Amino acid sequence: MSTLLRLATAGSVDDGKSTLVGRLLHDCKAILADQIAHVKTVSEARGGDFDFALLTDGLRAEREQGITIDVAYRYFATDKRSFILADCPGHVQYTRNTVTGASTADVVIILVDARHGVLEQTRRHLAVAGLLRVPHVVLAVNKIDLVGYDEAVFTKIAKDVGEVADQLGIADLKAIPVSALVGDNVVEHSADTAWYDGPTLLEVLENANGRTDTSNQPLRFPVQYVIRPQTDEYRDYRGYTGTVASGTVTVGDPVIVLPAGRRTSIAGIDRPVVTATSTAVVERPSAIAGEAVTVRLADDIDVARGSVIVAAEHSPGTRRELAATVSWLADRPLTVGARVLIKHTTTTAQAIVTKITGALDLDTLGVIDAAELALNDIGKVQLKIAAPLAADPYSSNAITGSFLLIDAHDGWTLAAGMIDDEEGELL
Amino acid sequence: MSITVTELDALESESIFVFREVAAEFERPVILFSGGKDSIVMLHLARKAFSPAAVPFTLLHVDTGHNFPEVLAYRDAVVEQLGLRLEVAKVEDYIADGRLRERTDGTRNQLQTVPLLDAINAHRFDAVFGGGRRDEERARAKERIFSLRDEFGQWDPRNQRPELWSLYNGRHRPGEHVRVFPLSNWTELDVWNYIEREQIPLPSIYYAHERDVFERDGMLLAVGPYSQPRSGETVAQRVVRYRTVGDMSCTGAVASTATSPAEVVIEVAASEITERGATRADDRASEAAMEDRKREGYF
Ligand SMILES: Nc1nc2c(ncn2[C@@H]2O[C@H](COP(=O)(O)OP(=O)(O)O)[C@@H](O)[C@H]2O)c(=O)[nH]1
Ligand SMILES: [Mg+2]
Repeated sequence: MSTLLRLATAGSVDDGKSTLVGRLLHDCKAILADQIAHVKTVSEARGGDFDFALLTDGLRAEREQGITIDVAYRYFATDKRSFILADCPGHVQYTRNTVTGASTADVVIILVDARHGVLEQTRRHLAVAGLLRVPHVVLAVNKIDLVGYDEAVFTKIAKDVGEVADQLGIADLKAIPVSALVGDNVVEHSADTAWYDGPTLLEVLENANGRTDTSNQPLRFPVQYVIRPQTDEYRDYRGYTGTVASGTVTVGDPVIVLPAGRRTSIAGIDRPVVTATSTAVVERPSAIAGEAVTVRLADDIDVARGSVIVAAEHSPGTRRELAATVSWLADRPLTVGARVLIKHTTTTAQAIVTKITGALDLDTLGVIDAAELALNDIGKVQLKIAAPLAADPYSSNAITGSFLLIDAHDGWTLAAGMIDDEEGELL
Repeated sequence: MSITVTELDALESESIFVFREVAAEFERPVILFSGGKDSIVMLHLARKAFSPAAVPFTLLHVDTGHNFPEVLAYRDAVVEQLGLRLEVAKVEDYIADGRLRERTDGTRNQLQTVPLLDAINAHRFDAVFGGGRRDEERARAKERIFSLRDEFGQWDPRNQRPELWSLYNGRHRPGEHVRVFPLSNWTELDVWNYIEREQIPLPSIYYAHERDVFERDGMLLAVGPYSQPRSGETVAQRVVRYRTVGDMSCTGAVASTATSPAEVVIEVAASEITERGATRADDRASEAAMEDRKREGYF
């Protein structure tokens, strides 16, 4: 059975991200005749060669300026597996879009222009990948054609990036010399890099592990919506819908419903059966992380959107204070005392920023004092929250460990937050 | 005991999650329902999301007046069988009283934007589900799953909200609304594999049938009330099916012998032209035709 792999590109502007994506799609025969014809026409009208970047740079403004502004999603498959590819912008102004693309990625491909080496954006994007704990990072040392396929250039950049990655705690980094323009080591091995005997980019992607399977971890089931059909057939039916965030839910399991802390057990798990004319459910014995299901509970207790059903033996408890690392995505800065909304699983609540503990210095990769966080800063903060949250550290659970900060007035998404490891105050 | 989750299961779960988020966080959601395959799959997923209860959303059809009769019949049968509520916004009403004027080329896909936005305003819909997929078209490839529209219904592709993980942010100010695309990550092939797996009935025009067609701009257009051959265009009876369903006057058919979802899957997998490239004359007009329409508030 094939599995899905989600990729995102990263790296500074003009390092060749969009060209690489276009090349990958092209060499995997994932571009159809009308798309090729379109790119040919547009490239020729501009008096240039076939511009692979036009396959993903789909907005008018992107084509006019020759840059990527927002993420483009592309879909392709080889005989081995299917891919969702997010081509992200490199420009610092659009970092929030790169964070968007990377947040769902299993693999980030970070590009470096062989002529320029590691730039500030390279470090920023590596920091983002490290922070988001993207499982795999592939370093593509690109434009290797422009440095005469020089092994020393490749080795030096691979070493530089390796050091940054180590400091950021990125465990899995693979380096490949490529030319996106020519196609070296993208899908086909290059004759010009005889000194490189590692895999091509596609080989790495085809063999990477996909999403980390969290079905063996403790159950976390945030309740999204309560179903009460009140029909003759389902008169007393009360189903709690949601997607299993981690673990496995099995009929009979003892559970605790947070934040109330009430103990009960799983009475049933339902699977929908929908035909042209009928809508019903049938029971299933269990469901695993990632599955959208409906559960019923043995006791008639107060459960609503925002409740989290957890394994009775492994409850995270609840907290009203959080220490977290945030990626600040808004033009206005974050200051101490700011009132924001926090969206955590299916709960949205008021929050106050009580402290800014520090900000990441991209030069030293150390944490420095900061009075505020500006656009694209990564910082450490403490929050006080108006409602108790059933939260885990991000390192142990990406779903119950992540949150958004939202501007209550205009609704803008201000920050991506990841809950730190040290225990906050448990209530 | 082990459960294996296939790619289709994963896509289905993601879409169901989206429907439930919207039901919980919005006051007045609506599903855009044209009777085309993507909107039919959307409705199927919505039914699964709330089973055994009814779908808690209204349906809205923006009717060009250039319909395939089989599709309208399908739409009405579904609404009737499932006891759903359907609103219809008719382009024809706007043309009749002069609020819109017929285009010189006679096609009406582009004319749907105003009736759509008026219907959203009139019913105060705050979340509008569209069946758009990112694999369809290069402007759609840029779209968020929750995509904010300002009070004029406009999309600002240069200033989209960040969208992290599956924490969808649907907050908006009064007058604004959110377009929601539950099928964002589905490809045409996924849709057909799913139709086969779930045995979802479709209007008959999606399968091979005989039809009088003529060729224009490399597409096979049906001879009918809204499209007639010009001089020099010859009519022939061919075995065709439709890959998309839109305004009948500018939606092309493709030569096909596929009579079942399984056969369509084989055809789509082997196809050398994209779905829209093969069937939509209106999108060939310019390099950014879809982007321009979407900015104004189109689906
Ligand atoms: N010589 C050479 N040029 C490249 C290569 N990859 C990209 N380029 C060029 O670098 C420029 C920027 O590429 P683009 O893909 O838009 O970069 P992005 O900003 O990272 O997406 C374009 O002019 C490309 O043709 C490569 O491997 N070799
Ligand atoms: Mg680019």
